[in-house]
Amino acid sequence: MRTRKVNMIISLVTIMGGMALVVACGQRNATTVIEGDAAEQVYIAPGEYDEFYAFLSGGFSGQITVYGLPSGRLLREVPVFSQYPENGYGYSEESKPMFNTSYGFVPWDDSHHIELSQQNGEFDGRWLFVNGNNTPRIARVDLSTFETVEILEIPDVAGLHCAPFITENSEYLVSGTRFSIPIPQKDVPIDTYKENFKGLINYVSLDQDHGTMELAFQIEMPGFNYDLARNGKAVSHGWSFLTTYNSEQAHSLLEVNASQKDKDLMAIINWKKAEEYVAAGKFTERPTSYYHNLMDESTGIAHSQEMKMTRILKPEDCPEMVYFIPVPKSPHGCDVDPSGEYIVGNGKLSADMSVYSFSKIMKAIEEKNFDGEIEGIPVINYDAGLHGILQKPGLGPLHTEFDERGNAYTTFFISSEVVKWNVDNLEILDREATFYSPGHLVIPGGETRKPEGKYLVAMNKITKDRYLPTGPELAHSAQLFDISGDKMKLLLDFPTKGEPHYAQAIRADKVKPNSKKFYNIEENAHPYATLGESKTKVVREGDEVHVYMTAMRSHLAPDNIEGFKVGDKVFFHVTNLEQDWDVPHGFAIQGATNAELLVMPGQTKTLLWEPKKVGVYAFYCTDFCSALHQEMSGYARVSAKGADVPLKWGLNETLRENQEQAEKFYEQLENKSK
Amino acid sequence: MNGKSHIAQFLMLGAVLCLGILFLQPLWKITLEAAQFPGGLDLYIWINKISGNDKHIIQNINILNHYIGMKPIHPDAIPELRYFPWVVIGMMAFGLICIGVNRPWFYLSWVLVMIGLGALGIYDFYLWLYDYGHNLDPNAPIKIANMNYMPPLFGEKDLLNFYVRSYPNWGGVFLGLAILLGAGAFYLKGKRVYV
Repeated sequence: MRTRKVNMIISLVTIMGGMALVVACGQRNATTVIEGDAAEQVYIAPGEYDEFYAFLSGGFSGQITVYGLPSGRLLREVPVFSQYPENGYGYSEESKPMFNTSYGFVPWDDSHHIELSQQNGEFDGRWLFVNGNNTPRIARVDLSTFETVEILEIPDVAGLHCAPFITENSEYLVSGTRFSIPIPQKDVPIDTYKENFKGLINYVSLDQDHGTMELAFQIEMPGFNYDLARNGKAVSHGWSFLTTYNSEQAHSLLEVNASQKDKDLMAIINWKKAEEYVAAGKFTERPTSYYHNLMDESTGIAHSQEMKMTRILKPEDCPEMVYFIPVPKSPHGCDVDPSGEYIVGNGKLSADMSVYSFSKIMKAIEEKNFDGEIEGIPVINYDAGLHGILQKPGLGPLHTEFDERGNAYTTFFISSEVVKWNVDNLEILDREATFYSPGHLVIPGGETRKPEGKYLVAMNKITKDRYLPTGPELAHSAQLFDISGDKMKLLLDFPTKGEPHYAQAIRADKVKPNSKKFYNIEENAHPYATLGESKTKVVREGDEVHVYMTAMRSHLAPDNIEGFKVGDKVFFHVTNLEQDWDVPHGFAIQGATNAELLVMPGQTKTLLWEPKKVGVYAFYCTDFCSALHQEMSGYARVSAKGADVPLKWGLNETLRENQEQAEKFYEQLENKSK
Repeated sequence: MNGKSHIAQFLMLGAVLCLGILFLQPLWKITLEAAQFPGGLDLYIWINKISGNDKHIIQNINILNHYIGMKPIHPDAIPELRYFPWVVIGMMAFGLICIGVNRPWFYLSWVLVMIGLGALGIYDFYLWLYDYGHNLDPNAPIKIANMNYMPPLFGEKDLLNFYVRSYPNWGGVFLGLAILLGAGAFYLKGKRVYV
């Protein structure tokens, strides 16, 4: 009888609690949240520019997107890890090598974390780096052209989630394996995880003049899951901090089995020390295979090189290089404040957040204040390294960014909010609801020594009712907040592409002045470039036919070609002869089984066409370039295999019989115009 | 001889230096303005070359002009750009002789020759503009009855989607100033003789 009464009371409380939740949710709608002059703050008048560029990773789209802040306008999508038929990236002969990996041609990836290059702990606007999670890779985008110019595979890791975090002078990109695996790969039972599985932390060095990446060394770590990282800055420059989860070393049903321990670990790496060990030859060389794909600036052609050796540092051979410190339950983000003194370790399943002090960690290391060791790595006493605990800030803390006024902003996935708190005194200052469930957040310069705490963008994982519905699949939603005052203020929702994980934002004037308007044709060293209409030609080499074609308003030259045969491999090398801003030409031909080409002024790009059927096929310019764009077209005649139709090509008048006559014709044409 | 007598020579020296500026600054500037060309396309006519606000301007104007059948601008094909500089150098040398001789008649003849050459130069410029604007390819993609595309010699005009402005540039200003200074030299020297 008594238990029934208790049960009834519990039920009643539950129902009332549920109702309270429903009521609370009902109050959370946009109309009650937006106040004051929000529209005016995000309105960029026609012809005016945004104050910041924001680069958002594209998640499962594999690309990155460029937005203007505060308007939230999408400026461009830059293809990185996925083929992009829109401009031929990954389909053109020049860009295909970008996708070469030790697994072959991989035309998709899952891009996660954006890192802009830095000097003295500030963004310099030169390059952008982003990781591919599934086939472990790091890409470099040149911010003068917004083009992907390099992709480096990282060997012997699985799920390169913990990447590519940059040091304050762009010395290194630090990354860690998300999943530990047998190293080298071998055929072993999965339940031998604890004996056979290892994790690698990777240091990729950057050439300071060209940004070229090189895998400098890898550190072999216990078989945990390495999740996220940050490098020290200012006082903590020379150190890296990486969170781990699954220190339980579970290999199945991780949601339960990797969530058992009260504390996981943060790895603390002295990379200056690691450099010394590498210089002293304390590494072991291990044969492996990974690809380095680099675009040649003068030809625009990407070349792949298979690398076959990696240098491994083992913590047990290299004392004072790696430490651990406990972090509450399953940490995710690991963020260093602008001073470099405080490190925030967010335990995503913990009710509290631990904030560490770099100077205390250094003191603990000096005093050898360790609680044992794991595989030769000392574990620093938790309390000795702790600055303090942020008590009950919210549910499911994920990521933290900072402003220049000593405040931190943390996203809470489960309670769906951003919480502002003071780093020094650990006092909670403000909280704002987000719609819904934010993952990463970004403040311009929010991970550097010089944040600009004017705006904050929360990248939400769930969209639901924020926009007109578009069927079951919805765009992920981002939300812009004004954080310049004491209270955060919601200004704007905007839809995003793919699933943005991290983003970085930079003041526009650090990027805009360097943005190229076109490629200088005098610097075009492409082996199939056609620098002038008089040099257009068609050359047969067995079954391969090379068409040296030019594009200029408003014709392609040559525009009539005969003598192709079924079974040929035809390479259209299209050079855009224009030298003006915003005059790309496109090229598409019927029957092509790949994509189109979009050729920027001064560039040469190549499309492979393999005609399968006899006939006459049209080709044309796909980018509306001029008043006579619709006339910018031509025909390719395909004859039967073995037919004796001679190769002829030309523009205007009749077809020229051969190359010599064609050249003569074009020369006359050019002279006439003089 | 008192100090004043040198003023005419100094004025003439100024005139010679002004002519020297023709090698440093364009004579004329033609600006083409249209919605899709933010900032406009600037074409500069120098004593010895044609340039633009970027190095590809001539190519880009030629691409636009081919729609209406206008001849492409090829600075190599304009012989005046080769011999005009020598005319200017000759006039500078003549000016220096004038300073040396320091006679009113020399100054006067320098000024008259300068005015004559200037007028001829402007007439020549007009002929080129006329030729470009009227002598159109009959096969041009865009043909508009009774339309010519001659830019104004001096002033502003609508040409299809472009609004064209044509005015002297610093070189032209200094050319005028040179003539004024030469005339001043003649005036001062002449006054001294006749007073």
